[in-house]
Amino acid sequence: MPKLTINGMDIEVERGTSILQAAEQLGIEVPRFCYHDRLSVPANCRMCLVEVEGGPPKPVASCAMACGEGMVVKTDSPMVQKARKGVMEMLLINHPLDCPICDQGGECDLQDQAVAYGFDRSRFHENKRAVPDKELGPLIKTIMTRCINCTRCVRFAEEVAGTPVIGQMNRGEDAEIGTFIDELVKTELSGNLIDVCPVGALTSKPYAFKARSWELRKTDTIDVHDAVGSNIRVDVRGREVMRILPRLHEDVNEEWISDRTRFAYDGLNKGRLDRPYIRDENSGKLKEASWDEAFAFIAGKLKGVKGDQIGALAGDLCDVESMVALKDLMSALGSPHMDCRTDGALFDVSQRAGYLFNSTISGIEAADAIVLIGTNPRLEASMVNARIRKVWLEKRIKIGVIGEVVDLTYPYTHLGKGPQDIESLMKAKDGFAKILKEAKNPLIIVGQGALIREDGLAVQHAVRELAEHFGGTYNVLHTAASRVGALDIGFVPGEGGRDFHSILEGTKDGTLKALYLLGADEFDARGEIGWKTFTIYQGHHGDHGAARADVILPGAAYTEKDGLYVNTEGRVQQAKRASFPPGEAREDWKILRALSETLGKTLPYDTDVQIRERICREWPHLGAIDQVVSAEPAKFGKKGKLSKEPFRSPVTHYYLTNPICRASDTMRACTRDFGVEDNHIAEAAE
Amino acid sequence: MDGFARSFLLTEIVKGFALTLKYMFFMPRVTINYPYEKGPLSPRFRGEHALRRYPNGEERCIACKLCEAICPAQAITIEAEPREDGSRRTSRYDIDMTKCIYCGLCEEACPVDAIVEGPNFEFATETREELFYNKEKLLANGDRWEAQIAANLLADAPYR
Repeated sequence: MPKLTINGMDIEVERGTSILQAAEQLGIEVPRFCYHDRLSVPANCRMCLVEVEGGPPKPVASCAMACGEGMVVKTDSPMVQKARKGVMEMLLINHPLDCPICDQGGECDLQDQAVAYGFDRSRFHENKRAVPDKELGPLIKTIMTRCINCTRCVRFAEEVAGTPVIGQMNRGEDAEIGTFIDELVKTELSGNLIDVCPVGALTSKPYAFKARSWELRKTDTIDVHDAVGSNIRVDVRGREVMRILPRLHEDVNEEWISDRTRFAYDGLNKGRLDRPYIRDENSGKLKEASWDEAFAFIAGKLKGVKGDQIGALAGDLCDVESMVALKDLMSALGSPHMDCRTDGALFDVSQRAGYLFNSTISGIEAADAIVLIGTNPRLEASMVNARIRKVWLEKRIKIGVIGEVVDLTYPYTHLGKGPQDIESLMKAKDGFAKILKEAKNPLIIVGQGALIREDGLAVQHAVRELAEHFGGTYNVLHTAASRVGALDIGFVPGEGGRDFHSILEGTKDGTLKALYLLGADEFDARGEIGWKTFTIYQGHHGDHGAARADVILPGAAYTEKDGLYVNTEGRVQQAKRASFPPGEAREDWKILRALSETLGKTLPYDTDVQIRERICREWPHLGAIDQVVSAEPAKFGKKGKLSKEPFRSPVTHYYLTNPICRASDTMRACTRDFGVEDNHIAEAAE
Repeated sequence: MDGFARSFLLTEIVKGFALTLKYMFFMPRVTINYPYEKGPLSPRFRGEHALRRYPNGEERCIACKLCEAICPAQAITIEAEPREDGSRRTSRYDIDMTKCIYCGLCEEACPVDAIVEGPNFEFATETREELFYNKEKLLANGDRWEAQIAANLLADAPYR
């Protein structure tokens, strides 16, 4: 543990810590461009120069110099100041003075540091360098003349994203960043390139010229596009969401987010339901209505319908509050028919351990072997995939896959395609089974692709046995943000209740007279729901559910309400309202509360605080915001016959997984330009 | 006695009339016949706003929004988007002239001399609505006053 002195302050640091990191621990800021906490250290920008007394008679790059015993470092001596001014002047030689038209203006590292170390005029009178712009796809805009060759993007693409398509070419004055052969940056993490770029060379294309950083209202909230619950910051101007940025959370998304999270926001302004609609019985067309009319229409239709003739389905983007309100309403009406697994997944929900990502996302880093069963984490939960890649990069752990052969950005052993291969892995003595046997902390991750099947319960059982056999942790990777919250509050068939499949059958054979869809858009509602069933749809987009509905109640999207979400590892997180819902749309639980009054079953809460109290009284763990309440180990699943059919990931169109994405022009452009992922490149398989 | 004689003979009135008559017939005129005549204006005079163009007709404003940010009265509203050729332009540039306090900070903040406060001070209107200027109106102002605005900027350039 070397001890050193920085600016007269003593500090003891871990061996291998760089001077820059040590200074940061002391709260001393060292300017830098190329250095990034989560990327490798190239030391090529030379901005972080410091003076080491008794060291070489020149400034040293603090990001690359490890702390040594007894070092005396100065970060603000005249020598350092002079060196940094020189570096800054050199960086600015070729950097255009176009801050007024640059989207990075106002939040630019180079701009900020030029204020501190820049000179007020140029001494360079030769011709400046100009670099042709690159076409990187519909998400990233490039103005390569602004590039200062820090290579952060190159390192990000190579190390974190695992798609080495960007690189630095040529030397000296001619050095430039680009794709080696003209191709698009085809990765679900590409938006992070914009964040890592310290200047305005890589900026967001959908956000181009739209707003300035200083005119945006910033709200810290939670993402719902996958079950990871990435921490995000939503920037709003007026009512409109202008952009979405990641927020640091070491245990969930570190400081990255996936492209769907970042770029699907334009869908929030398109195809919205902004007022109630009632389907006219004669013409079969939807016509506009007021809230009172809509509620009165529902009350009229539900008159004489028995409680157990009503079903309810909750979709993928619902907050816990609205699902609790709907559950309470259904109980008050006397119906046990409700389900949240609208993708048709079948698994044992009686034990919490049976549906959680038990080892937690940050716990992946402690793994020494991983088996992925019926899941493509790259598309289903990009942040989990990035975490697995990080562990693989650090420790070269062995990873096995049972399911489709896809490019996961790290090499793996393909162990089979279907449920049979789980059993054969368990029986095997050598090969990957031996690796698992020797591993201290193997993770078994089962995805929705293995559970959205008729033999889901049996697969779940087999996977649990597999985890127990090898002493590993059983983990479920969900794809829907609402799922774990819904399962926690028991939004599943009650005593004698029908599940998703059975509810749909009930609508077809006429036993279910009414169906309440709470944002349920992930199945073909028009084809699957019987035509006689009176269908109420509550949600924010005119998508599958609204197309079938007889009454539409306009709700709020995730940026427009305060709500609780529980991510796949069981972490309770609170989303905050960033803007208001459009038109007459309202927050979802309030709609249900108002409807309950019309139906004569008034729910006993009127304010946000009261409904939170109601939730915390029954499920105390949902009051622990940002905590992972781990589940007791338990037995779950049901031994049964496993079918021979291979596993398929439920996410086939990464950019079009929910109503918000489907309404988004950016996401549609991505699907057009990047195409559907060609899942069958078998570059893996060691 | 002296005072009594002065008041009795109305000398002060006579003196006053004499001064008036002197200015009426023998001194140079100090009033002007507005609106047919106008007083001199400084090149720095801050009057009605205008958006300027480059000599080739291209609008100068690049939607950097610095004027919007600095405006102490928050009279300026700008929305921007990429134009068809990909360049950064405003899709909306509004000034609420009833809010404006004519401080000239927008002019100073502008990196391309696009928004200027011109020499025109005669833009009174009959309704408030007419004082909510949009981009079209501001560009028209620029076209109308360009010669004088350019001359003023040139005259003031050495002091900036």
